[in-house]
Parts: sequence; C-alpha cells; structure tokens
Amino acid sequence: MEAIYLDHAATTPVHPEVLEEMVDVYQKIFGNPSSIHQFGREARKVIDEARDALGRQIGTEGKNIVFTSGGTEADNMAIIGAALANQEKGKHIITSKIEHHAVLHTCQNLEEQGFEVTYLDVNSNGRLDLNDIQQALRDDTILVTLVYGNNEVGTLQPIREIAHLLRPHQALFHTDAVQAFGTIDIDVREAPIDLLSLTAHKINGPKGAGLLYVREGVPISPYSYGGEQERKRRPGTQNVPGIVGLQKAAEISAESILPRMDTYFAYRKILLNTLEKNDIEYKINGDPDHFLPHILNLYFPGTNVEALLVNLDLAGVAVSSGSACTAGSIEPSHVLTAMYGKESERAKASVRISFGYGLSTEAIQKAAAIIAKTVKRMKQ
Amino acid sequence: MIYLDNSATTKPYPEALETFNIVSNQFFANPSSIHGLGGLSEEMLKRSRTQAAELLGVKPSEITFTSGGTEGNNLAIKGVALSYSQRGKHIITTEIEHAATYNAFKQLENAGFEVTYLPVNHKGRVNLEDLKKACRKDTILISIIHVNNEVGTVQPLQEIGEWLKEQRATLFHVDHVQGIGKVPLNLKEYGIDLCTISGHKFHGPKGTGLLFVRGGVSLSPLFSGGSQELNRRAGTENLPGIAAMVKALRINLETSKRHLDDLKCLKNKMIRSFETNDDLIIHTPAEFSAPHIINVTIKGIKAEVLVHALEEDDIYVSTKSACSSREGGASRVLLAMGIPEDEAAHAIRISLSLENTSDEIDRFLDIFNKKINELKSVMG
Repeated sequence: MEAIYLDHAATTPVHPEVLEEMVDVYQKIFGNPSSIHQFGREARKVIDEARDALGRQIGTEGKNIVFTSGGTEADNMAIIGAALANQEKGKHIITSKIEHHAVLHTCQNLEEQGFEVTYLDVNSNGRLDLNDIQQALRDDTILVTLVYGNNEVGTLQPIREIAHLLRPHQALFHTDAVQAFGTIDIDVREAPIDLLSLTAHKINGPKGAGLLYVREGVPISPYSYGGEQERKRRPGTQNVPGIVGLQKAAEISAESILPRMDTYFAYRKILLNTLEKNDIEYKINGDPDHFLPHILNLYFPGTNVEALLVNLDLAGVAVSSGSACTAGSIEPSHVLTAMYGKESERAKASVRISFGYGLSTEAIQKAAAIIAKTVKRMKQ
Repeated sequence: MIYLDNSATTKPYPEALETFNIVSNQFFANPSSIHGLGGLSEEMLKRSRTQAAELLGVKPSEITFTSGGTEGNNLAIKGVALSYSQRGKHIITTEIEHAATYNAFKQLENAGFEVTYLPVNHKGRVNLEDLKKACRKDTILISIIHVNNEVGTVQPLQEIGEWLKEQRATLFHVDHVQGIGKVPLNLKEYGIDLCTISGHKFHGPKGTGLLFVRGGVSLSPLFSGGSQELNRRAGTENLPGIAAMVKALRINLETSKRHLDDLKCLKNKMIRSFETNDDLIIHTPAEFSAPHIINVTIKGIKAEVLVHALEEDDIYVSTKSACSSREGGASRVLLAMGIPEDEAAHAIRISLSLENTSDEIDRFLDIFNKKINELKSVMG
C-alpha cells in the first residue's frame, strides 16, 4: 500500500523538473564558482543567474541574497549575525514563543552570551498582538525576529504591519519565511523586511540549500570563516546544483501559487466535511482568517497524539504532531502550549496535516476517510 | 578536455549521481518525522552513517554530517574552542592552513583566544620540535591541515599524533579535505580527535561533508535549532547529498587502493618533465608531498596568462586555492615557505584526480611546453 504523504510542512518530495535540472548541472557544470577558468566562470554564472532570479521573486536584487545550507543556517546567520554586528547599539532582542527551534534555540543561545530576549505571547489563534510588540520595544532593542507563517498551525503574522511599526526604530526585522515561501507571495519591499530566511526542501527543492536575504546596508557578522564566497558573508564552495535546484523550485512554485491555494482549500474542505459527516469532534488549531493554506492542524478531543500518529501511519497516512525537528521528542508542542496553555489537553491531542505536490482529490478523500475512521476508533 | 584542477573541485562520479537521484525520489521524507516514510529516511541515514564510519575505521556515532569542508572546519575549531575554554584558551595551528581554518582562528583571536601559528620550512612542513615548544598547559587544540591544498605538502601527523597522545589535555583536529583518498590517514592510530572531509573533493556532491568527532569529545554546535546529528548540527539532513557522498567515498577509497601508485606515476612524470625545463621552479617538495598536487612557477609568465592560454586548448589548471583565487597577490602559503613574492605570484597549481589518465598527462605536457614557449617568445 502506497502511503499518502500529508507531511509537506516537514519536507517535500523533489519536483522531477528540479531533479532533472540538478542532475544536469552536476554533470555539466561541476566547476568551483571561485575558479577563474571556464568551468569556474560557468558555475559562477549559473549561481548568479539563480541569485538574480530569486532576488526578483522576493522583490530585491541578486546581490542581497546569501546562499546557505538551509533554513536553520539562514536563521542562525541572521540572528547571531545581526546581534553581534549591532551589539553596541543594545543587547535586547524580541521574538515570539511560537518560533521554529532554529530561531528559538538561537535566541536562547544569545541569552547565554549576555543578550536579553523577550519572548512574545500569542493569542489562542497563534497571532501576535501589535501592541505587545510596541510595548516590548526598548531603546536598546536591536533585532525583532518573528516567523512569517508558523510551521505547526500555519498562522500568518501581520508581517507588513509589524514591519511598518518597526520602521522608525533602530531594531532590524528578521522573518523566518521557511514555511511561508512558495505558498504565498512575499515581497521584502512591501513589508519592509531587513532579513528573511527560506529553504528549498519545503518547496519541492533539494535538501541542503537555502538562502538569507540581507537588505542592502544591513550589517551582519559572519559566523563562519573561510574563503571569500558570498561577498564574504558565507564561506565555503557554493552548492551549485543545490542553488540551481532552489531557484527552479522557487520558479515552479511561484507560477502555481494561486491554483495551489485553490487546491489546498478544496482539500481542507474535503477533510473537514468528511470529519463532520462522520460526527468526529474536532477543532482547528490556528487562525481562521490568516493562515497558510497548506497546513491544517486539528485537535481531536479525547485522543492521544502519539497513538493517533502511529495508527494513522499503519493505516497509510503520514501526518505529524508538529515540527519534524521536534517530532522525535515526546515533549508537547511548544506552539500549541503557547496558544492554549500548559494544562491544555490540546497540545497532546492534535495532529498537523500538510498538503503539497503529488496529491490528488482521490488521495485526500481516501486519507480523510482513514483519518475519520482512525480517530473514531481511538476514542472508543 | 583535460581537467587538472581537482583540488578546487571534482566532477561527481555517475554512481554518486545515481544515488542522489534514487534517494531524492525514494527517501524524500524528513528523517526526524516519526511516520513510516520518515522511518525509511532515518534508516537510510543510519546506513550512510554506518558505511561512512566503516570506511574511515571509526564508530557511526563519531560521524557528523555537515554542508562541507568550511563548515566542518569551523564546527571543529570553534566547537572545541568554546567547549573547552574553561580549560584553556590557547590553540596551535600552522601558517599554511586553508582559508576556512585560518580565518576561523583569526575570529577566535578576536574572541580572546591565543593562537600560535607554527612556521613551516621551505618544503611547507612543520617541525615537531616547534610544536612541542609551542604546546602549553592551556593548549586545548592543535589543528593542522594534512595535505596542503596549494603545494601538496604532507604534514608529519603520525609523529605529532603519537607525541600528543601523551599530552592528554590537548585535542587534535586534522583538515583532511585535500588528503582523503590520496594520502592515507589512520584516525585511530594517529590519535586524531576531529577530522574534516568534504564531498566535492572526492567526486561527491557539493554541499556535503562530514566531521569525525571522537567519542567523548564535546563540541559546542555552530547552529542552534533541531537536535539532528546528536545535537551537533541542527537542520534537516541533506539525505540525498549524504548518501551520494558516502557512495563517492566508497568508490574513491576503493579506487585509491588500486590506483594510488598510478597517480604517483602521473605526478612523477610531470615532475620529471618540469625538472628538465630551466624556466620552471617546482614548489612541491619531492618527498612528503601528496600524489596529486604540483605547484610550479613559470619564470616571466604571469600565472593568470598561462591559465587562460591553457584554457584555449581545453586544459584547466589554477593559480592558487579556488577559495582565494579572486583575491589579488601572492599565495600566503608560498610566502610562508619562504618563496620570494615575485616567484610566488607567478605560481600555478596542477591538481590531479584518480580519474586522470596517462594519455591526458602526455597531452597536457605537450601543450604546456608549447604554450610556455609561445608565451615566452611573445614576452621576450
């Protein structure tokens, strides 16, 4: 039995066109982009083209793009880099309680180095309150880092409003757009955003490739040292095929944002209708108006998440309890805990369903029936 | 095409690409996901780790997968420095390290560590007695490049390792990026605690590498985030890259077992030819040098001019390290060996791989000699 993969927020299959292009690059353009001969120049040309194309896609120039090994590295580079480069202006950082661990743990790491971090609360929909941000801002705040769209419940933050609120302040604004990129349009000019992280493997691109957007003139200290690649901001031979794969995946996802949105809304409808038809009690974790359409986090009262996941998996449906990076641990989701409180049963009885490439209406119908049946059985 | 810039990067093995392709398609799930598909990826990751460990003669738990040589070196050096700074803040390295380690040390100096840069002799070798003199009670780390990437000098790691075994408080890191598959290194016997290698230098994919960390050595991670790689390296694992790198490692080490002597013959053939030409000054020492790198100055001919002239005939060599080939000036490594600045500025590097053939070298030598004569007549 072929499992139905509904965990696209954890990672996605590589799009065949992306893979094809990458293999082509591996074979033909294997030079080191720093080499001065033709092989090097060719490799440099393809990564610079990718840089420009990716820049255009998020509303900036190629020179403001720093390629990384993925989202975690981009988040670390942004947060630590901004903190260290600006510590003379202050040592206060603002983030939220529902960040991905790549951000949360990096902020905790900075606390150990003498920085002070405010972790903002969210409401029960997972949304931040602009007033809270305003109140948390201090004269010595140097960085505000907030997730664009949450990876567990899909709640979108008022990024544009936050960016405008921060405009008169010295603090830099970083957003982790790893989960949001490719599902919604992102333009760094519109917001305006100083630093933005994204990764390829969440949008049917390769693992091991991501980028950090750094607004022109924004100082960040490099955290790694070596060669002079990426305008001295990120040393190491560039992962040329990975970068090309990232660009191709971004291009494909950009072309299909609207139709995919419709598809995901239809999938949600099928799932929720099936649950209702079967009299399954459920609640949606997240914000009813501001959410990423590919993520649906559901609370099933009276169930146990671990048992539910195992049984769904055996029945051929792959879903998750939260961020894959924490799925190995049995700790209740820090995101759901922040939304509903420590005592809430919700953090221990919710699953994340996430859509993506390669699914069909039939597959969703089948998965919905399996989920309804499994939840019903688990509650008995 | 005759590609003789294998120290910059290598062409991936077709078998490694095939693995990359298969794993991308069949094991796309996140190894941290707890569902069955995630389990398959985790299993594949485990198999790759076990195989890498077997190939290097170490334990699977001692392997940390990274995004490449620069990250591996940074993780090893800064990871040890931060983790053991209570014990001492003195580190020893050499004057001829790759930029990835050299600049990491410069960063540590800014962070309050004291770094001793051991000098090298005219062959590019360090002296054990110098090391003994430099070693202090508060020396926490010695980090040495095994095979220098510009001239190919091999350092006396066995002697150093054996002496170091008696100095229990000092850890030993080796940058083995250029040496792997070319100059055997016994990690256990030489008492090496940490060792960096990079996939794209042995016909694996770019964006991959691994760091050997001997059991019991504690390492402060470079990135904060998920708990991947035994908490040493956060971020979703690049599983297709990892599997392809391990495949390339296996092929490379097997090829090396059978054909290392052939490679030595190729190098000797070139050296013998160069020795008959009075216009050439060979910087690569006759003994204690790797079988794949020759660094040579052509009197009166600018390195860039020759590189481009050879390129006209589809032959690819380089000036110095690719990572620093865009910086102006003479090689830091050659200067450290006491080579006059003018001579160092005229040096080119020819670097072979186990894939090069005797015919290629014959053709290279023909064209090389012809080009030199042409250029000389133009200049003269």
